Amino acid sequence: MSTRTIATLVAMALLAVLPPIFFYTGNAFWLDLATRLTILAIAAVSLNLILGYGGLVSFGHAAYVGLGAYAVGIPAYHWLYGGLESLGLATTSGLVQIPLAMVVCALFALVTGAICLRTKGVYFIMITMAFAQMVYYASVSIEEYGGDDGLVIDTRSELPGLNLDNPIQLFGLAYLSLVVAMLIVRMITRSRFGMVLRGAKGNAERVQMMGLNPYAYRLTAYVISGAMAGYAGALLGNFTTFISPEMMDWTRSGELMFMVILGGASTTGGPVLGAAAFIILEEVLSHFTIYWHLPFGLLLIAVVLFTRGGLMGFFRGRK
Amino acid sequence: MDTSLLVIQTLNGLQLGLLLFLVASGLTLVFGILDFVNLAHASLYMLGAFICASLTYAVGNFFLAVLIALPVTALLGWGVERFVARPLYARDHLDHVLATFGLILVLDTAAHLIWGPEGIAVPLPEAFRGQIELSETLVIPTYRLVIIAAGLAAAGGLYWMVVHTRLGMLIRAGASNRVMVGALGINIELLFGLVFALGAALAGLAGMLIAPITEASIGMGNQVIITAFVVIIVGGIGSMKGAFIAALLIGLIDTLGRSFLDDIFKLVMSPDAAENSAPAISAMLIYIIMACVLALKPQGLFPPKVR
Repeated sequence: MSTRTIATLVAMALLAVLPPIFFYTGNAFWLDLATRLTILAIAAVSLNLILGYGGLVSFGHAAYVGLGAYAVGIPAYHWLYGGLESLGLATTSGLVQIPLAMVVCALFALVTGAICLRTKGVYFIMITMAFAQMVYYASVSIEEYGGDDGLVIDTRSELPGLNLDNPIQLFGLAYLSLVVAMLIVRMITRSRFGMVLRGAKGNAERVQMMGLNPYAYRLTAYVISGAMAGYAGALLGNFTTFISPEMMDWTRSGELMFMVILGGASTTGGPVLGAAAFIILEEVLSHFTIYWHLPFGLLLIAVVLFTRGGLMGFFRGRK
Repeated sequence: MDTSLLVIQTLNGLQLGLLLFLVASGLTLVFGILDFVNLAHASLYMLGAFICASLTYAVGNFFLAVLIALPVTALLGWGVERFVARPLYARDHLDHVLATFGLILVLDTAAHLIWGPEGIAVPLPEAFRGQIELSETLVIPTYRLVIIAAGLAAAGGLYWMVVHTRLGMLIRAGASNRVMVGALGINIELLFGLVFALGAALAGLAGMLIAPITEASIGMGNQVIITAFVVIIVGGIGSMKGAFIAALLIGLIDTLGRSFLDDIFKLVMSPDAAENSAPAISAMLIYIIMACVLALKPQGLFPPKVR
């Protein structure tokens, strides 16, 4: 086993053990932090699939998280206040909401990805951001769902055998989802499909010369990543019980990117380490000073300038 | 639709477009010549506004304050180049985006520390507080015309500099092949620093000009930077002409869309549907245009010839 795998396993074990201890010792605050961290880690893992392995720098990933959260909030809103019954979308059932979140995000990724992937480099970065901004402004201007003020989710998703109002059960679901997400990404990147995706990151022309079409592979990865981020969004909506356009601001997308890079792009455990470091740092620094963005920003610059491969760079990978 | 509103909104659109050009020109210069993505560019727009606001109170004259603030923002831009951008030229765009994203956090918080959480209003000189009455229904604030004139003058000056001076020649040469410029004995580091400083001063000028209308506030750059990126992407990154045309286009479309889109929608759909959808669509309009342009021309309207 490489040290990198051990580091990942240790991190995942800590994440599995600590939160229940917090819960049973009455440290609700730290359990909350762990749940938020875990959910954002899922989003970071999904971003890593395209950013790390695919080399596609998407600067609009927060839009998927936001769409996923709205896919929980809007049906819950209609369940309470009426409307949309004919579509079957006035419901609090998680078995409807969560697939809805994933399908909506997959479709959005398919349509926007088809356009974005025609561009390269900085154009790609900016057009993914532009589409995220569209979603942001759409949610700001739809008055019925709160517009700028956001929407309170009165009832959490109902899942058979689970009660998401219970914080430890919500954490358990998030943790399990994170493990599954990591396994899926690991499986994808080690498959033939993943080899092509990674090959196209290195040299798209060569992949094309081998008779493969990088565009189709990239678009597929883009859709998978979007659906996964939508799932994370559905969990996040259940966690915060409140959604607002602010969740989709471009700075949020920047934060997700930072988590991936901080932890180590194109590694299985990197995004999780990155999300953990990000959330914990944010919490600790904001505890000391309201000006915590200053040291945080300096740290971000330092990470980019002086480290290669993020936190995972400290551990040796498989050769 | 009445004509006086149309005229006023067109002028507003023109004003927005010219301010966008001031921000976008620096962005496109830096990208075209240095191949560097600077998300923190509009933080200099914010700092320009704050510095100018403080100086206006210190020296008691808005124009004197602008004259002093311009070299100060240029100097700040040079500092950004020296300490953040320069070590990153050899890296990929992802690193540029992340580092300058961090820089935004730093500069925003620094402004918060220095100037406090509240915005600072900037008083206008007496001479520009008035309005010009073109007809009974058509009244234009004098200062709007000042902004338009200043924006056009800056754009003209920039054009003259790029096309007719030695520095401009070096900038154009650097944009097409910077290695060759270096090989010909030009101090490329100095040139890069100058380009960054020039871009910072232009962005700062935009911030100073808008400050009397909106006041200087934390985070005022974060909305502008995104729009400025839309401008340079639509125009074609690195193209000054593209930035100018796209800036005016985006400025006009955004302003006119916000005021007239519901009227246009009412021609083709029910008034209710138009009232409901127009605000959402008009807020998204510039992004929709950008997506359409990139779908048809992935390199923007005026892609630079040599790259």
